[in-house]
Amino acid sequence: MPVEKEFRPKIVAFCCNWCSYAGADLAGSSRLGYPADVKIIRVPCSCRVNPMFILRAFEKGADGVILCGCHPGDCHYSTGNYYARRRMTLLFSLLDYLGVEEGRTRVEWVSAAEGVKFSTVMNEFVDKIRSLGENVRLGDLRCKN
Amino acid sequence: MQRIGVFVCHCGSNIAATVDVKRVVETVKKEQGVVHAEDYPYMCSEAGQALIAAAIKEKNLGGIVVCSCSPRMHEATFRKAAERAGLNPYMVEIANIREHCSWIHKDMEEATEKAVILARAAIAKVHLNSHLQPGESLVTKRALVIGGGIAGIQTALDIAEAGYEVDIVEKTPSIGGRMSQLDKTFPTLDCSACILTPKMVDAAAHEKINLYTYSEVESVSGFVGNFSVDIRKKARFVDMNKCTGCGLCQEKCPSKKAKSEFNRGLNTRSAIYTPFAQAIPNVPVIDTESCVKMKTGKCGLCEKVCQAGAIDYSQKDEIITEKYGAIVVATGFDTINLDQYGEYAYNESPDVITSLELERVMNAAGPTKGHLERLSDGKAPKEIVFIQCVGSRCDDHRGKPYCSKICCMYTAKHAMLIRDKYPDVNVTVFYIDVRTPGKNFDEFYRRAVEEYGVNYIKGQVGKVVPQPDGSLLVQGSDLLDGKQIKMRADMVVLATAIEPEAGVRKIATMLTASIDTNNFLTEAHPKLRPVESPTAGVFLSGVCQGPKDIPETVSQAGAAAVKVIGLLAKDKLLTNPCTAESDTLLCNGCSVCQNVCPYGAIGYEDKEVNDHGIRETRRVAVVNSALCQGCGACTVACPSGAMDLKGFSNRQILAEVDAICR
Ligand SMILES: Cc1cc2nc3c(=O)[nH]c(=O)nc-3n(C[C@H](O)[C@H](O)[C@H](O)COP(=O)(O)OP(=O)(O)OC[C@H]3O[C@@H](n4cnc5c(N)ncnc54)[C@H](O)[C@@H]3O)c2cc1C
Ligand code: SF4
Ligand code: SF4
Ligand code: FES
Repeated sequence: MPVEKEFRPKIVAFCCNWCSYAGADLAGSSRLGYPADVKIIRVPCSCRVNPMFILRAFEKGADGVILCGCHPGDCHYSTGNYYARRRMTLLFSLLDYLGVEEGRTRVEWVSAAEGVKFSTVMNEFVDKIRSLGENVRLGDLRCKN
Repeated sequence: MQRIGVFVCHCGSNIAATVDVKRVVETVKKEQGVVHAEDYPYMCSEAGQALIAAAIKEKNLGGIVVCSCSPRMHEATFRKAAERAGLNPYMVEIANIREHCSWIHKDMEEATEKAVILARAAIAKVHLNSHLQPGESLVTKRALVIGGGIAGIQTALDIAEAGYEVDIVEKTPSIGGRMSQLDKTFPTLDCSACILTPKMVDAAAHEKINLYTYSEVESVSGFVGNFSVDIRKKARFVDMNKCTGCGLCQEKCPSKKAKSEFNRGLNTRSAIYTPFAQAIPNVPVIDTESCVKMKTGKCGLCEKVCQAGAIDYSQKDEIITEKYGAIVVATGFDTINLDQYGEYAYNESPDVITSLELERVMNAAGPTKGHLERLSDGKAPKEIVFIQCVGSRCDDHRGKPYCSKICCMYTAKHAMLIRDKYPDVNVTVFYIDVRTPGKNFDEFYRRAVEEYGVNYIKGQVGKVVPQPDGSLLVQGSDLLDGKQIKMRADMVVLATAIEPEAGVRKIATMLTASIDTNNFLTEAHPKLRPVESPTAGVFLSGVCQGPKDIPETVSQAGAAAVKVIGLLAKDKLLTNPCTAESDTLLCNGCSVCQNVCPYGAIGYEDKEVNDHGIRETRRVAVVNSALCQGCGACTVACPSGAMDLKGFSNRQILAEVDAICR
C-alpha cells in the first residue's frame, strides 16, 4: 500500500526587528518549539512588508504567510503597525476573493517578552495551514517541480 | 555575482547537537556564488573571527553569511570582523539557525533542512547587498531624567559630576519619590529622610542640574543623541523666584480638607501646599480643585499674607522645549489598588492598612505624629497581624505574577521596629515564603524572629472580618502545623504588591521604548545590557525596570549614569545607513510618502532629470538620511514604486522569499 506522504506546508513569517523577531528569539532561548515549516524573514518594521512580498510568496508556492509586529501603540517607529494592519486587512480580503482563503494569512502582534505567544501562534498557524492543505490558487505552475 | 563565503557555527553543541553543520556546509557550497564554506565550534570567538577574516582576504570574498545565533546577538560582532578584514560591514548577513532553528526543533533531519533554507535565504540576500556607509550625527551634550525619586536623583548626580548638564522632570511638586515617604530603611534601620534629604539638596544645588518639578513630559521626537522634548511646567500659582518658603500661606489657607497624597490620604492638607516639610523645591503649589479662590473667586488669603508677593493666580502652564542627547526613565512605582481584594477588608476597616501607609503612621511627620495607633479610634494596638504577598506571586487576574521583592524585608523591618518601640505589642506575620537574599538580609530577618520574638506563620490568610467590638478577626492557615487559625487583631498590615507608576505606558510610547506585560520597561538584554532600553539613547533607572530596594536602585542608577556619560562623551554618532531612498526617475512627487513618515524625514526638491533623453525639472522626494530611521513605511506607501529601503530593499526581501519558497 502506498504510504501517503505527510503534507509539510511552506510558511513564511515576516517579523519586525524590534518586537516580534525578538519574541521569536525568546521562544528559541526558552526552547518553546513550533514546526520547522515556519521560516522567518526579518524586516525593520511590519510597515516594511509590501503586499507584493506576500503575493510573491504565494506565487512561489507558499501555503501560508504570517506577518508579526509590535502591539498597537508599541511600534518602534510609533505608527508602522497601524499602516501594516490597514494594508493587510485590504490585501487579505482581496486574496480571499482570489481564492487564497483568509486562514492562510494572518497578522499577529507579538512583543519582545512574548516568547510563549510566538510559539503558540506559530503552532496554531501551522495546524490551520495543514488543515487547509496545499495552496493551489495563486501558485505559478512554472515554480512547481 | 558576488563571491560569497558561508560560515556555519556549532555554538558548542547548541547548534551542532540538532543541526548537522557539516551537511549544511556541503549543501550551501552548491549555491550560486558560494566560493567558500566552513564550520567552526565558536564563530564569535577570536579564533572564529580570525578564520572569517582570513577567508575574506584569501578568497577575496565580496559578501559573507554567518549561520549562527540571532543577529540581535552577534550581527555587530561579525560586521566588525568583516570590516577589519577590509570588507564593507554591510556585506554581512546572518542566518539565525540557533534561536529560530536548533533550539526549537528536535529532529536533526528537519532542523538541518531548515538551516540550509535559512542559509540560502541569507545567501540570496547578500548577493544584493550594497556597500553602505553610515552617516554621522552630532550629540547634544545634555541628559533628561524623567522621575525624581532616589533613582532619578542618583542618576542625575552621577551624570552631573561627570560634567554634563542634566534636567530632572518630576511630576509631583517635590523630588524625593517613595523613599521620602519611608520612615526607617532596612537593613540598617537608618532614617530615610536623614539619608535622602542631603541627596535632594545636592541635586538642587548642583550647578549642572536643573529641576523641573510639578512638570511632565509632553512629547518626544528625534533619536539617540538628538532628542527634542516638550516639557509641560504645570502652573504652581506661586512664583518660584519670589517665594521664600516661609509657609505662612499654608498656615492661613482656609481650605484644609484635601487629602494629603504624601500621607496616602490618611490625613488632610491645605489647598496651597508643599507635600512635606523637607520638600525640594520648598515652594508650594495651589491645588485648583480645592482652592476657594479658584472655585468661587473669593478668598485670596494666601496672596494677602505672602510678604514676598509670590502668589500669582494668573499663572498658566508653560511648555518648554529642550534638546537632549540621552533620556533616562526613572518613573518608579506605586502599590496596587486593593479593590479586588475584598477578603482583607481594606476598604471596610480603617485599621487594615498597607505597608506604605504604615510607613507614614510610624513617621514622626505622619498623620499620627509617629505614634502607633489605630486609625479608627486612636487606641494603641496590642495585637498586629502582617500579611505578606498581597497581590504578589498571584496567578489570578487580580494580582501580579511576580514577586515584589521588597516586602519580606520591609515587613521584617516593620515587625522589628514595632517590637522594639512597643515590646508589649504582639506581632504575627503570615508568609508564603520568606525571601531574603542580599547582603545582611537574612541576618536581619533572623533578628526579627530570634531577638525580637516576631511570630512568623507559614500560611495564607483567607479572610479578615471586622468585629462589632472594633477588632479584626483574622482567619488563616498554618501550613507547617496543618491547622486552621482564627485570631483576633487590632490592626492588619498588608504587604501590598508594587507595580510600575501608571503613567509609564505613556512615557514608553513617547520614547518608543518597549514595556513588558506587567508594564515594567524592558532592558536591551536581560543579562548583558540591564540599564539600556532597546531604543538607542534611552536608559532605565530604578523600579520602573523591575522591583528593587534602595541599594539596588542606587547601583542601577549609577550604572545608567555611566551609560549616559559614555554616550554624551562622544562628539558624533554613526547613524544607521539603512535609510530610504527614492528613485528620481520613478518618483512623481505625489507626497504620499511624506504623509506616512513618522519622522518628517521626507522633503521635496526640484531636480534636473534625464528621462530617456527627455531633460526636465521635476519635483521629487528627497530623504534626509539624518532623520530617516529606516522603518520602511514610505516604501510600501509609494504608489510609483520609487521609494526603497537600503539594506532591506524590495529586491533583497523578494530574494529571501524566493529562496524560502524554492
Ligand atoms: C512600604 C515600603 C517600604 C520600603 N522600605 C524600604 C526599605 O526599608 N529599604 C529599601 O532599601 N527599600 C525600601 N522600599 C523600596 C524603595 O521605596 C524603592 O526601592 C525606591 O523608592 C525606588 O526608587 P525609584 O526612584 O525607582 O522610584 P520612586 O521612589 O517611585 O520614584 C519615582 C519618581 O518618579 C516620579 N514620576 C513617576 N512618573 C512620572 C512621570 N510620568 N513624569 C515625571 N515624574 C514621574 C514620581 O513622582 C517619583 O518621584 C520600600 C518600599 C515600600 C513600598
Ligand atoms: S523609511 Fe521612509 S517612512 Fe520610515 S523614517 Fe525613513 S523616510 Fe520616513
Ligand atoms: S510616494 Fe513615491 S512617488 Fe510619491 S513622492 Fe514619495 S517617492 Fe515620490
Ligand atoms: S517595529 Fe514592530 S511593528 Fe513597527
